[in-house]
Amino acid sequence: MQSTDITWVIGGPQGSGVESGANIFARTCAMTGLQIFGKREFYSNIKGEHSYFAVRVSDKNIRSNVKGITLLVAFDAETLFRHVDDVYDDGAIICDSDLTQIKIDEVPTLDTLFKSRLKEHLSSKNKEFSVQGLLDIYKERGVTIHLVSFKNILSTLADEIQNPSIKNMFRMLNVLSVSISLGFLGLPSKPLLEAVEAIFHSKPKIAELNKQAANYGYNFGTVKFPKFKYSISNIQKNSNTFLVQGYQATGLGKMACGCRFQSYYPITPASDESVFLESNEVFDVKNNRPGSTLVVQTEDEISAIGMVIGSALTGARSATSTSGPGFSLMTEALGWAGINEVPIVVTLYQRSGPSTGLPTRHGQDDLMFAIHAGHGDFPKIVYASGDVEETFYDTTKCFNFAEHFQMPVIHMLDKFLASTITTCKRFDPNLITIDRGKLLEKIENDGYKRFSITEDGISPRSKLGLENGIFWNTGDESDEFGHISEDPINRVQMMNKRASKLDLALKTITKEDQAISFGTAEFCVLSWGSTKGPILDAIDMLKKEGFNIGFIQLKLLQPFPTDRIKSLLKDTRIIIDIEANQAAQLGSLLNEHLDKKVDFYILKYTGRPMTSTEIYDSLKKILQNNAEKIQVLTYGA
Amino acid sequence: MEPKLADYKTDVHNDWCPGCGDFGIVNAIQMALTEMKIPRHMAAIFSGIGCSGKTSHFVNVFGVHTLHGRVLPFAQGAKLANPNMTIIAAGGDGDGLGIGAGHFVAAGRRNVDMTYIIFNNAVYGLTKGQASPTLRLGQKTKSLPNPNVNEAVNPIGLAIASGFTFVGRGYAYDVRQLKDLIIAAIKHKGLAFLDVLQPCPTYNDINTRDWFAGLDNVDEITQKPKPRIYKLEETGYDPMVHYGSESEVNEKLTQGLIKSNEWDTKIPTGIFYQNELVAPYEERIADRVPNYLENPPAIQPISSDGKSITDISKILDSLEV
Repeated sequence: MQSTDITWVIGGPQGSGVESGANIFARTCAMTGLQIFGKREFYSNIKGEHSYFAVRVSDKNIRSNVKGITLLVAFDAETLFRHVDDVYDDGAIICDSDLTQIKIDEVPTLDTLFKSRLKEHLSSKNKEFSVQGLLDIYKERGVTIHLVSFKNILSTLADEIQNPSIKNMFRMLNVLSVSISLGFLGLPSKPLLEAVEAIFHSKPKIAELNKQAANYGYNFGTVKFPKFKYSISNIQKNSNTFLVQGYQATGLGKMACGCRFQSYYPITPASDESVFLESNEVFDVKNNRPGSTLVVQTEDEISAIGMVIGSALTGARSATSTSGPGFSLMTEALGWAGINEVPIVVTLYQRSGPSTGLPTRHGQDDLMFAIHAGHGDFPKIVYASGDVEETFYDTTKCFNFAEHFQMPVIHMLDKFLASTITTCKRFDPNLITIDRGKLLEKIENDGYKRFSITEDGISPRSKLGLENGIFWNTGDESDEFGHISEDPINRVQMMNKRASKLDLALKTITKEDQAISFGTAEFCVLSWGSTKGPILDAIDMLKKEGFNIGFIQLKLLQPFPTDRIKSLLKDTRIIIDIEANQAAQLGSLLNEHLDKKVDFYILKYTGRPMTSTEIYDSLKKILQNNAEKIQVLTYGA
Repeated sequence: MEPKLADYKTDVHNDWCPGCGDFGIVNAIQMALTEMKIPRHMAAIFSGIGCSGKTSHFVNVFGVHTLHGRVLPFAQGAKLANPNMTIIAAGGDGDGLGIGAGHFVAAGRRNVDMTYIIFNNAVYGLTKGQASPTLRLGQKTKSLPNPNVNEAVNPIGLAIASGFTFVGRGYAYDVRQLKDLIIAAIKHKGLAFLDVLQPCPTYNDINTRDWFAGLDNVDEITQKPKPRIYKLEETGYDPMVHYGSESEVNEKLTQGLIKSNEWDTKIPTGIFYQNELVAPYEERIADRVPNYLENPPAIQPISSDGKSITDISKILDSLEV
């Protein structure tokens, strides 16, 4: 049986339904039993700029996107201009026949930098500056190009279902192109109709219309074109398969582990999670009355973290979600939570910085910032998740860390993780544990001291409203009661008490939770966060060619798990650091904490996530001894 | 046992300057809590940064001395997570109307059921007397190198415009009236704001105790000083919105704004505006989440024997393909 591994890309102006089209495609494929890995790219814009969705579909486990496109679907010229170059020579393009005459200069959303690169490319091939000129190049290379008149399709469809209003309903183009693609790829039609139904279930009329369009498009795709080389054959479907996005994993993790208060200020790519939590604010609780999460949209991120701290002081598990610019505003309060030993979780969805940077694009720019966030010395935990499934479980662990060690925890995620849509195993809430540390439910006697000096550095924790548990907090240095103290002896004692919790964290957090080893070898990759998937896929590709590369995924980044990493690197000669930032931030941590130094760096900071193909290429160069010390990746529109 | 005033005092040494108006405010807070018999563990004082920020350490209830300008976010977070608590936020005029002005406005829009007291002395005392947002244009207090180049903000007017549903003013040297105002503010269903005029004896040599008493403004006939401070309730002023019609609310808001602009010779104290017909934030949430008030975030059970008891299976089902 032929194996399946294709990349389908749909592009169009923002607001034209690219996302719902991609969701239908991904859902249909997933329902058939295929594995999905999809990424979404869009501009900081509401309507009109180019957005696209790249959905990789395979019958094997996939954890990344790859270079290249098997089937490109375009209902606007810009999608062709931007992506045609990525279509494989034996791949195909389905596009609107009306587009061919459109000239480069007629597309206002093409920026000048891109236009001049495109024109250079076309003139080198002696082609005119139009869609036709471009398509000619790829036709010559062997790419299959199917021109369809969406206008005619709409009009025939309108006649067929006797609904003339459809003639000009260009919003149907996404459903049509998806269903044509699926017919062309040979997938069964039943899951397509189910997927359309699932996605539009709240609007029955629209669902019906879309199902009719899907049916029509599907038949069109099946009969109008010759069979495609990459047709998908029968797949075995696994039970308990999820199709899920990263922000949903975080939200579900927070719900499951009892986070009952979340405040936030709108920011890409973090807000989706808060909106998800609010959409699901009321839920059932086993053997109890219904529970709820209070989600508060604040006036800014300073207020967001202030409210989280206030809420955490009442004993409620509390969190905020933000991205770099918002986190910058939160740092003063983070120090307050540190000195007052308040358990809070900040979910930090990184994007490309500095400043506003590339606000809707990916990056792992904030590792050093998270570790050093806030003035003065205070303990905090910085913890990074590598994929969507892991994010669910890690989210719950972050709350345990926060409460057990009574300190702020920064959970590092990123735009790639947040917006990735992927198949994975159903999350299992039975696998999580809830550790509330030394949180007190009852205090019998007077004389409670919130910051009592204890052997392990952690004081029994009262909460607002607890009888006999009155305490004071202050951002000043304080005594055991929490009253301001500038006494030098007390100062040292309190600083040491708080700092000692970091040693305790290193002793308490399991080795597996500190860093995951996917095998060690003479050549070993070290990385953190969402590069995990592309790295694992690249290593698998190399394995098939007989190359053996180790991989250590660091999850605990502050305090740094030096002993764990050192022991894993015993047999390693060459260390390769892979991460999505310019300064190689993990690299500098490794160089600081390890005896061995990083030998090679693979970095990407275009704002686009790494593909496994790029990592494969770069690792291969290292293995073949012809790599530069730093390789900078640039693939992706 | 009846709570005594002494129960609400800590033995923390108070290091405010002798004669500081802040003493009157902290006394009034302690008296109000005693009179209302609020159990100590059911009250919390949140404070900002500056001299007034130390207030939370002098009152024997939960005390949270927060960050400069951020007292309202901290306090609102606590109140919303545990609406059973009595929450008082306290801070200076620079804290609340300078660095924290954004939170001031946003808090008004939310109308969380708590009390916010600004200790208003027109200077940044703890940093040696710079001009605060309530110092008048052209005034040169003791440590300023030049007269103030900014207009003063009108705290009462800003509170009314921002949506606070109880807006009042007290005077730090009239502790009895201030105590009554604090009780009224705590009892008020919604966000209550109290602007407390609090002479800084060290750095504000203009708005002094004598100035408020009108010693510089002697009546030509009686030869007696004409006190600037007067009480609105003694003039027949009615701050309360009774029916909530648009015209009534407009009228009450407007009269409050007009009164808030009185300053040079007559300075009103008392309640400027009060409207209990606006739903507090907690009620707005309870409209959506029916058991929010009985089962708020702070008291919800989340685990049993270390295992999650939250049932997310319906959402998990919807994500299955």
